[in-house]
Amino acid sequence: MPGFWERLKQGMTRTRSGFGDRLRSLFHGRLWNDELWDELEEILYSADLGSATTGFLLDELRRRVLQHHPTTADEVVNLLAILMQEELGDSSDALALPDGGPWVWLMVGVNGTGKTTTAGKFAYLLKQQHKSIILGAADTFRAAATEQLEVWGRRAGVDVIRQASGADPAAVAFDTVQAARARHLDLAIIDTAGRLQNKVNLMQELQKVYRVIGRELSGAPHEVWLVIDATTGQNGLVQARVFLESVPVTGIVLTKLDGTAKGGIALAIVHELKIPIRFVGVGEKVEDLLPFDPADYVRAILGEEFSE
Amino acid sequence: MFETLTDKLQSTFKRLRNKGRLTEADVREALREVRLALLEADVNFKVVKDFLAGVESAAIGQDILQSLTPDQGVIRIVRDRLTALMGSRVERIKMASNPPTVIYLVGLQGSGKTTTAAKLALMLRHQGRQPLLVAADIYRPAAADQLKALGTQIDVPVVHALNESPVALAQRGIQMSRQLARDVVIVDTAGRLHVDTELMEELVQMQRHVPAHETLLVVDAMTGQDAVRVANAFKETLPLTGVVITKLDGDTRGGAALSIRAVTDLPIKLMATGEKVEALELFQPDRLAQRILGMGDVLTLIEKAEQSLDQGDTEQLAGRIASNNFNLEDFRAMLRQVKKLGPLSKVMEMLPGMGQMGKLKGKVDDSSLVRVEAILDSMTVKERLRPDIINGSRRRRIADGSGTSVPEVNRLLKQFQEMRKMMQQFKGPGGKKRLAKLPFPPMR
Repeated sequence: MPGFWERLKQGMTRTRSGFGDRLRSLFHGRLWNDELWDELEEILYSADLGSATTGFLLDELRRRVLQHHPTTADEVVNLLAILMQEELGDSSDALALPDGGPWVWLMVGVNGTGKTTTAGKFAYLLKQQHKSIILGAADTFRAAATEQLEVWGRRAGVDVIRQASGADPAAVAFDTVQAARARHLDLAIIDTAGRLQNKVNLMQELQKVYRVIGRELSGAPHEVWLVIDATTGQNGLVQARVFLESVPVTGIVLTKLDGTAKGGIALAIVHELKIPIRFVGVGEKVEDLLPFDPADYVRAILGEEFSE
Repeated sequence: MFETLTDKLQSTFKRLRNKGRLTEADVREALREVRLALLEADVNFKVVKDFLAGVESAAIGQDILQSLTPDQGVIRIVRDRLTALMGSRVERIKMASNPPTVIYLVGLQGSGKTTTAAKLALMLRHQGRQPLLVAADIYRPAAADQLKALGTQIDVPVVHALNESPVALAQRGIQMSRQLARDVVIVDTAGRLHVDTELMEELVQMQRHVPAHETLLVVDAMTGQDAVRVANAFKETLPLTGVVITKLDGDTRGGAALSIRAVTDLPIKLMATGEKVEALELFQPDRLAQRILGMGDVLTLIEKAEQSLDQGDTEQLAGRIASNNFNLEDFRAMLRQVKKLGPLSKVMEMLPGMGQMGKLKGKVDDSSLVRVEAILDSMTVKERLRPDIINGSRRRRIADGSGTSVPEVNRLLKQFQEMRKMMQQFKGPGGKKRLAKLPFPPMR
């Protein structure tokens, strides 16, 4: 299966200017000198890695540069690419569901990151693998959020459990888990309303949804997906921290990587909070949801030639 | 988590001053703190660079280093220049002399265009306009349903149609505005990437057929370094007239807004500060500058206090606080004044230095305020005037009456005693005057 870097490059209507190009033209074929540290720092900041992670990476890189005495700028960037990949760990597994369900997944995140879309894509892709799935529309707040999920349900050929607008999201979650059990389904995916992490009452509401699911099915939810928009800046780290304090997030889905934003905040999150990035969204089509590949991700930040 | 930049600068200067006179190098070191703070606030890397170069030359060029308080001088320069960068005046939505005024909302996916469209319609309706909404997002599933639901909620008609192109929808909007005697047409467009040439061209086509009076770029306040690239790309393709910053009710510093302003020179016209349809305000540049610096939104707070509090009451209360016999009756009056300022969580956000009190966040909320009030209400006047007489059986009665527990009543009484002690320290010259400005005691 092609990685998401290939998919990004395939985008026919998209102009990819600026995608690592600047770094390439700046560094390629040059001898390494200490003035280039500032340029590297700028690249990392421009990719939203933030001060703590940028500082960590550059300190560690300085150590390795002293150790290996690279002579060219390309070599230094290669060292940085290796370092970043080490931080990110292994590639994610392809989307799959083990036997022995029903499994329950919960989608969480701030407003507008793509939770509903990701839930719909998960359902569609797993349905194609002949899994039986049900969607739960626990975003009872945003106008027409339920309708949006229902459109995805129709596309995927999957039922959607819903209640009236303004209903208790925990009740919808409860119904969804019950339906999954009663119908002996493989998976229930529960979509929740976007919530800013500083809204205490909304975070408590999310905890209640989580508790209710666990009470109905012991061990559930089995995955809690935190959906993060790749254009997010340093607030992404705060989001991840607060969501993690509220519910045990098991993985990050990094969406909207097909723009010019590089989603560097995800590396900051992995570095500081050790939550793995598991999937990335690189377009609006269903097949644009792909397993995370550290090498591709680093390529998107540093440019292609340097990360072999 | 967010230490205020002002605090940071002050402590840096303090450390530097211990070794004698301040030098230019010291200023540079202090400015490194500013750099970090701005980058952490998501201000664009290049904007930060230019900004600091300007501050440095201003700080070194003037006689600040010779003054008694060079730290204050530098802080002032940073603040003033940041505010200037943000733009100095409030920018309004311009209305066409020949209605209908056509307003386009454009931006990336998930930035909040649809919600903003409804909020803007409501805001204009409150100003006596007759808006009409056009659901021109034909791509996202149920986007039109979302706008329809919001339109019903705010009682504004929504133009929508299945299987019609965005251009046709915009044209139909103009047509309907004439039929329904509407003077503003707000076009909610689909979210799109600035690098998606096909979809960007669609916007150009829409505006060719239905020209815009205002084209507003809707930007999520949490956007990082990419904000500038996005804004520039939209500006190159479309005649943008301004920016709307959304989700400012989060805890982001919103440096993206500053970057967009600095790089594109587009005015930021509106800011969305909550999930309710009423939560859209004209953008106040100076306040965002303060927020980025972590100085808190004291201006807003003072303005709110002036609007919602009775001056006479406040002064009288301040007098009571400064006196020796501050009692629970006064405390209750104070609580009621504070409540007038709005939800406590919002008030807290506006206070400088509250970022540091992160632990307090979530603990002090309005529901705890309600409980405190219930406890106070369940006391007799005599008990409130003379808290000392509240013994065990009275505490039980108060707990039962207020639906709380004896430990809660105990806690409140203890807090009150501590507060009274603290207030004694405010006595003395100027104390009363100082307190009159804010209707509540300083937090520790």
